[in-house]
Amino acid sequence: MTTTTAKSKVLPPPTERYSLLGWLHKNLFSTWYNALLTLFAAWLTYAMLKPTLTWIFGEARWDVISANLKLFMIGRYPIEQEWRVWAALFLLTWVIGLSWGSWVKKFELSGLVLLLIPVFMALLPFSMDDRLKILGLSVFSLIGYVIAKSQPATFSKVSIFAWLLYFPVGLLIIRGLTGDEGFFPVVDTQLWGGLMLTVLLSVLGIMFSFPIGVSLALGRQSKLPIISWISIGFIETIRGVPLITILFMMDLMLPLFLPSEIRIESIIRALVGITFFSAAYMAENVRGGLQSIPRGQHEASHALGLSGFQTMAFIIMPQALRAVIPILVSQFIGLLKDTTLVMILSLFDILGIGKAVLGNPDYIGTSREVYLFIAAVFWILSYGMSYASQRLETALGLGER
Amino acid sequence: MSENNNNDPIIVCQDVHKWYGQFHALRGIDMEVRKGEVIVIFGPSGSGKSTFIRTINRLEEHQSGQIVVDSIELTHDVRNIEAIRKETGMVFQQFNLFPHLTVLQNITLAPLQVHKWKKEKAEEIAMQLLERVGIPEQAEKFPGQLSGGQQQRVAIARALAMQLKIMLFDEPTSALDPEMIKEVLDVMTELAESGMTMLVVTHEMGFARSVADRMFFFDEGQIVESGSPEDIYNNPQEDRTKLFLSQILQH
Ligand SMILES: Nc1ncnc2c1ncn2[C@@H]1O[C@H](COP(=O)(O)OP(=O)(O)O)[C@@H](O)[C@H]1O
Ligand SMILES: [Mg+2]
Repeated sequence: MTTTTAKSKVLPPPTERYSLLGWLHKNLFSTWYNALLTLFAAWLTYAMLKPTLTWIFGEARWDVISANLKLFMIGRYPIEQEWRVWAALFLLTWVIGLSWGSWVKKFELSGLVLLLIPVFMALLPFSMDDRLKILGLSVFSLIGYVIAKSQPATFSKVSIFAWLLYFPVGLLIIRGLTGDEGFFPVVDTQLWGGLMLTVLLSVLGIMFSFPIGVSLALGRQSKLPIISWISIGFIETIRGVPLITILFMMDLMLPLFLPSEIRIESIIRALVGITFFSAAYMAENVRGGLQSIPRGQHEASHALGLSGFQTMAFIIMPQALRAVIPILVSQFIGLLKDTTLVMILSLFDILGIGKAVLGNPDYIGTSREVYLFIAAVFWILSYGMSYASQRLETALGLGER
Repeated sequence: MSENNNNDPIIVCQDVHKWYGQFHALRGIDMEVRKGEVIVIFGPSGSGKSTFIRTINRLEEHQSGQIVVDSIELTHDVRNIEAIRKETGMVFQQFNLFPHLTVLQNITLAPLQVHKWKKEKAEEIAMQLLERVGIPEQAEKFPGQLSGGQQQRVAIARALAMQLKIMLFDEPTSALDPEMIKEVLDVMTELAESGMTMLVVTHEMGFARSVADRMFFFDEGQIVESGSPEDIYNNPQEDRTKLFLSQILQH
């Protein structure tokens, strides 16, 4: 046996020194071909960026966006009722603030960033009125945050109810309930449009397809043949057809089955089509997650005396869903973009509004501006979802296993 | 704990057979286990040891013969299966802790859901058990953050939380690094001394010798030989037992 020094020294890890030149050398100019590549890439970036930026800040006619902003945001929703959309938004930011304050334990930078987004947006050239309302969003979320922080334990439960209540209440505010007259007149859903419609269809599509998809995934594995056949039939039929076909079917075929007095609003038909479509994919993704859970987890749970349902609810499903968060988020991002197909149900989502605006002779030749704007909106939404999912994954410790 | 009917068998297996498809994995197992007994099952890989102890809590279904646990017969009746699972706990070679739950939640889940205990009671008992297996400071960690030996001790505490009468161990130390084997065996020894009925599949012969009341040698789905540790070690009757013992005792 050999003995080393009684106390071997505990050393800190070696620190790497960073200097700008060192970094440049290491990453960009380490070899002659690397240097060549760097120079070429720099030239290419410049060549492409320069005309783009000159166009964006010089020639582009952004008035097509600012003049039609209301259309882009809420479609043909009557202007005198616009405050109701704001009300729903205020409520939303308040609920977000509430859950933030009660669920997120330590102070987080991302919370502050989220809070500041409206502040930055208020710097954009909106009308004074709109700027105030946008700032109001920040204020409402801050109020929710402060309220929740005062008693996190109680408000963590309250915020779950708040979310459950938010969707029916928010929809009711936007839709109205007092017939055609009065303080809260019904706004025909045919008039809903723009970003509001895009977001509504995606969010509701995701919310409804989630439980249906999970049930289908479980149904497919069911020991009862009837249930598994129905689930497999549904999943495979829907997955075998493009979404646009499903939406056509909703538009053309549904009226054939229903008595002629019953006219289902286009938005409902779109939502049902989107939900079914998403649920079928969701089911397959969840099934993949279920199969990835080792048999030992089922066995340990059964050995402890937990029933089949309890095993699924407490052991298998939570792990399966965690494992498929990244796939589900890609699927939901796909869903968000697929909502543009509701155009064929003569609904005007943000892309539909863009096309309609371009049909206006005043705005001939502005398609670049319009499509770039729409692309930017979709990019922000998609990136937001993807960022949120990464945060969720780290919060749930997905990488730790 | 001395109970007046200490000689009653708590597990009775009669002529238990089990097939995997065409493969005859258990070929007529007979065994009676009395309350408080510690049984060690050993034998070559693939001899049906796991299959056998997994039939006792119905993780595997036997196709003929009879298994009675604490006067409840194991049949297709789900209520009987549930009743038996409430009396038996199992510790696996691969620990099988729930990775998405903390140590404390791993232990309290079944008491909360199956026994419908209050949260305070479940957590108090869980902490007592963690104390008993020597890792109360790990309560808030996740299984992935613990060493193998610690995970296996949590698995034992998790089973004990159900206040059961019988513990089944399927090679509880086979997946552990050598320096962690002892900490798990110590917990098991303490458990045996406290009077728990235990069926242990293991090749830890030191443990078997000092703790087991009886040992069963399995080969090809049958019990080849059984007896007290002294009989098995000093005076094995069957050639297969001798051969197997000489192989594992070389180490
Ligand atoms: N699920 C299964 N399907 C088919 N064969 C199995 C299954 N489980 C075990 N076996 C077979 O049954 C025999 C006994 O296995 P097992 O009880 O795990 O043995 P041991 O635990 O003694 O090593 C082995 O030959 C094994 O291949
Ligand atoms: Mg085995």
